[in-house]
Amino acid sequence: MSDLFNKVKKNLIWKSVFRRDYRDNVRDRALAVFGNVFLHLHPVKVRESAVKLRYTWGMGGITFLAFIILTITGVVLMFYYHPSVDQAYSDMKDLEFQVPYGVITRNLHRWGAHFMVIVVMIHMFRVFMTGSYKAPRQFNWGIGVILLVLTFLLSFTGYLLPWDQLGFWAITVGTNMGAATPLLGYQGPFSEYLHITPYNDIRFALLGGATVGGNALLRSYIWHCIAIPLIATVLMVVHFWRVRKDGGISRPQNH
Amino acid sequence: MNPFIEIITQPDNIAIVIMILMVSFFMVWAFQQAFQNDKLKASGYAVDGENDQDVDTYKPLVRIELLISLAVMLFLTIWSIVVDAPLEEIANPTLTPNPAKAPWYFLGLQELLVYFDPWLAGVVLPSLIVVGLIAIPYIDTNPKGNGYYTFSERKYSIIIFSFGFFILWLLLIVIGVFDRGPGWLWYWPWQEWDAHRVVFEPTRDLSNLVGVESRSLAGFIIGAIVVGVYMVGGMVWPYKYWQKKNPELLQQLGMIRYVTIVFLFITMMSIPIKMILRLVFLIKYVWITPWFNV
Repeated sequence: MSDLFNKVKKNLIWKSVFRRDYRDNVRDRALAVFGNVFLHLHPVKVRESAVKLRYTWGMGGITFLAFIILTITGVVLMFYYHPSVDQAYSDMKDLEFQVPYGVITRNLHRWGAHFMVIVVMIHMFRVFMTGSYKAPRQFNWGIGVILLVLTFLLSFTGYLLPWDQLGFWAITVGTNMGAATPLLGYQGPFSEYLHITPYNDIRFALLGGATVGGNALLRSYIWHCIAIPLIATVLMVVHFWRVRKDGGISRPQNH
Repeated sequence: MNPFIEIITQPDNIAIVIMILMVSFFMVWAFQQAFQNDKLKASGYAVDGENDQDVDTYKPLVRIELLISLAVMLFLTIWSIVVDAPLEEIANPTLTPNPAKAPWYFLGLQELLVYFDPWLAGVVLPSLIVVGLIAIPYIDTNPKGNGYYTFSERKYSIIIFSFGFFILWLLLIVIGVFDRGPGWLWYWPWQEWDAHRVVFEPTRDLSNLVGVESRSLAGFIIGAIVVGVYMVGGMVWPYKYWQKKNPELLQQLGMIRYVTIVFLFITMMSIPIKMILRLVFLIKYVWITPWFNV
């Protein structure tokens, strides 16, 4: 058996992938982290509190995991979906009856989305309760608030895509709020002084029309699948980077 | 089926039930740790985490991340096997469902539409929530309680945040999901929805209470005074109060911080106040102007 191990490990291909052996010593434990592009998100050593479940609840990491699950299931769903009024709904039916594992892929995407909204709110609650927004982490809290809003918007833009009654009317109710924006919405206070109508107000810009239709579906699709994930990814990079640069997971400072 | 079981087992509402369970659990856990740390500190011990040492990332942290990831994926997989995502009829612009509900996380804001006009409930208040959240680190000058759970060292900030988060945000969401039926009328979760139910609830405006027509100039002036007194008085009174009781606090805050804090606070408190005015005194508007109503 160990002969076989040696054969597998002592050849050019293995060595080209894994550049060194792992022995359980200080040097190799450190190398395991900063020699790995994914793990080097972490420092080589962390405070115990970062490992204790009772302190962070792991909520930030779980939110990130949910984002990854949603990205993967979302890409799979994109292969079977056309963002057009004629096809969107029948694509959903195809997912249900034709596509192998279509039902569970869609289920994972939907429940994962609800789950992400829940855990990101609990993450914010935890960060508040441990006072982790205090110096020097003020800026990162602000980034986090924007990421929370983007999570809502990601879910909101995804709501319309099945093109069923639920999504259609949820988006109609939601975007009607835009029409009430002061100055910029046609029903909002003071908008008449700017000659705002249903055809040039902020709601029109959101929907690409005066009602929820094909343009709104396409806009939702692009915001949902490309624009917001890109923006959120950039902000997540900043968020994680700042966690490191601001001194890691927060901890009592008075010692 | 029992309407209560029916409403909590609707596929999308299962997420809300999970949210209620998770949020309650973590709320209890947070406050329990906060009180525990307060006790430790009061008797002169170090709070949880104060004497922590460094540990290797590989493997203690990586191991726990792997285990949590597996648990979460298992949980989501089971959820996705057991419950199917709903798909309703194809979108039909000519057939409005009653009630037409926004996505669940915006139902707190939709609930505010009962009490405020859309420009406030749907635009101004949500914007202020985001601005207020981002402002928190810059207006909370209390250096204590950084990096550990505590209640006694940050009483006011925790009470205000918890009120906003649990009552004004989460409770209103739960009400919007489980207690709002056709016509956005109140239904207890165990009540059957009735699309033909009509509730005749005559509302009045604030100035009607003293017999003044709210759409007249006199009504406009009364409304302006009431709103003005609330906003300006809300700004001035705490200032006077703290000047007497705790002048160092004002010194420490400075004018800009003070105005920001008090403005955000009285705006937030205007929500429960308007709710009480509407629910108890049946008052629809406090102030009617030609441009907007409050």
